[in-house]
Amino acid sequence: MIQLTDIRKTYTVGKKQVEALKGVSLNVKKGEIFGVIGFSGAGKSTLLRTINLLEKPSSGSVVVNGQDMLSLSEKELRQARKKIGIIFQHFNLLSSYNVFDNVAEILRMNKVPKDEIKRKVEDLLRLVGLADKAYHYPSQLSGGQKQRVGIARALATDPEILLCDEATSALDPQTTDSILELLLDINRKFNLTIVLITHEMQVIKKICDRVAIMENGVIIEEGTVLDIFSDPKQPTTRNFIKTIFDDEVPQEILAGIKPVGPVSHILRVAFRGDAALDPVLGTLCSRYPVTTNILYGSITSIKGTALGILLLHISGEEKAVEESINFLRNSVYKVDIVTREEVAN
Amino acid sequence: MERLIEMIPLFTRSLEETLIMVGVSLFVSTIIGIPLGVLLVITQPNHLLPNKWIFHTLNVIINIIRSLPFIILMVAIIPFTELIVGTSIGIEGAIVPLIVYTAPYIARLMETALLEVDRGVIEAYQAMGASRSQIIFRIMLREARPGIVLCLTIATIGLIGATAMAGAVGAGGLGDLALRYGYQQWDVEVMLITVVMLIIIVQVLQSLGNWAAKKLKKKA
Repeated sequence: MIQLTDIRKTYTVGKKQVEALKGVSLNVKKGEIFGVIGFSGAGKSTLLRTINLLEKPSSGSVVVNGQDMLSLSEKELRQARKKIGIIFQHFNLLSSYNVFDNVAEILRMNKVPKDEIKRKVEDLLRLVGLADKAYHYPSQLSGGQKQRVGIARALATDPEILLCDEATSALDPQTTDSILELLLDINRKFNLTIVLITHEMQVIKKICDRVAIMENGVIIEEGTVLDIFSDPKQPTTRNFIKTIFDDEVPQEILAGIKPVGPVSHILRVAFRGDAALDPVLGTLCSRYPVTTNILYGSITSIKGTALGILLLHISGEEKAVEESINFLRNSVYKVDIVTREEVAN
Repeated sequence: MERLIEMIPLFTRSLEETLIMVGVSLFVSTIIGIPLGVLLVITQPNHLLPNKWIFHTLNVIINIIRSLPFIILMVAIIPFTELIVGTSIGIEGAIVPLIVYTAPYIARLMETALLEVDRGVIEAYQAMGASRSQIIFRIMLREARPGIVLCLTIATIGLIGATAMAGAVGAGGLGDLALRYGYQQWDVEVMLITVVMLIIIVQVLQSLGNWAAKKLKKKA
């Protein structure tokens, strides 16, 4: 649906050249929710804006729905943009129009017949749960409601893609959740492809199918959300995941652990799917003469798949410990031996 | 007192002259000033139609005209005024310089009002595939309405001030009355009355403008 290839973007700030994107490639499939996460200044907003050419890349190719966006004339680009909806962090609603007109205006610009506009806007407002607020002005709405108007407006032109530019960053956690539910809902209902950028891992976890982690103008890691969560490779990725699984163990507790036997390890165990529900640890302890001690444990659901993370201290005779690690490796998704330094904060 | 009653026709005629001068030149200046203001905004970098050349040229011309005192401008453009209306005296002779004086002022005020429109909103409609003219007419000018009303109020009041000097070319008006009777003949009563009339006009206009802007903003 969206193919970005080797996108570079250089800005000139005064006399200095700033490279915002340093060769980013991205492939978003139809109907998926693709998340880009990164700290501010990572280039994610610039990347999102190259999809509808609000930002023209310095080099690279942008293909959306089979169309080479950079080869389009101005008129063709306007036509193409109608198939790409966008919502913003600060909503960008028209303050002098009420909710109905905010959604309707783009349809009027597109010369849609009046009765069809009325029907369409009413449908959209019902979809986003604002049917009773049609004649309110944006200044009378809460942040979450404003974003709902933004979503209704973005959907008015029947887009196939929805871009979300930090769409929940100005909202409180509860409102964020309800907006994400809505996005998930329209993704399923219309098979809408959604690309969102955020700095909140919670957002990625809640609705994304795949995620790319950006840092300094490049994508440093990319994969399904489940894979990235269960086995993050890059330090920045781990930092983001720590906001969900805060698996740090205080120094005092680590110091207090008494190994039983000559060999002792700390294991990071990732369970996935059904394995998260199996009594693996019970079996382990009854089968091998080792002592285990749970330092941290958490389980969460990522798009319907359970994912559990455990930090386990294991000690005993060398052979028994080795065998139990092998047993674990065969029973769960992933087992890493981590050092004390890695788990300490 | 009787003398003043005798002078009533003089007051009403002067008022009429002022209103005609202000009305006509405001109308024409607005028609010229608003597009110039729009141009001044959209030709800025990163806006709808970035064009350094147009932007800087307009900027310089507006600054030059705006730095001339009205009385000097009026004399300086006499040949132009004669070219346009065939005379450089009377109400017609005054209206041309009043327009030349006010249109750039409105353009400048419009620029400020239009820059108030959130860049993000304009970007949102660009992203939705709206054309430039749709964005200018249906988004920018509409969103800026409260600011535009205030801008026109300020321009009108400025215009009333400028008409006082139009007496110099025999266009009459309230300001001229105050000057001739009050300043030149030391007729304090006439001067006071015209000044009070001017104060009332300005007060009413400003209140009206504020009220309309507030009304437009409240809806927003």
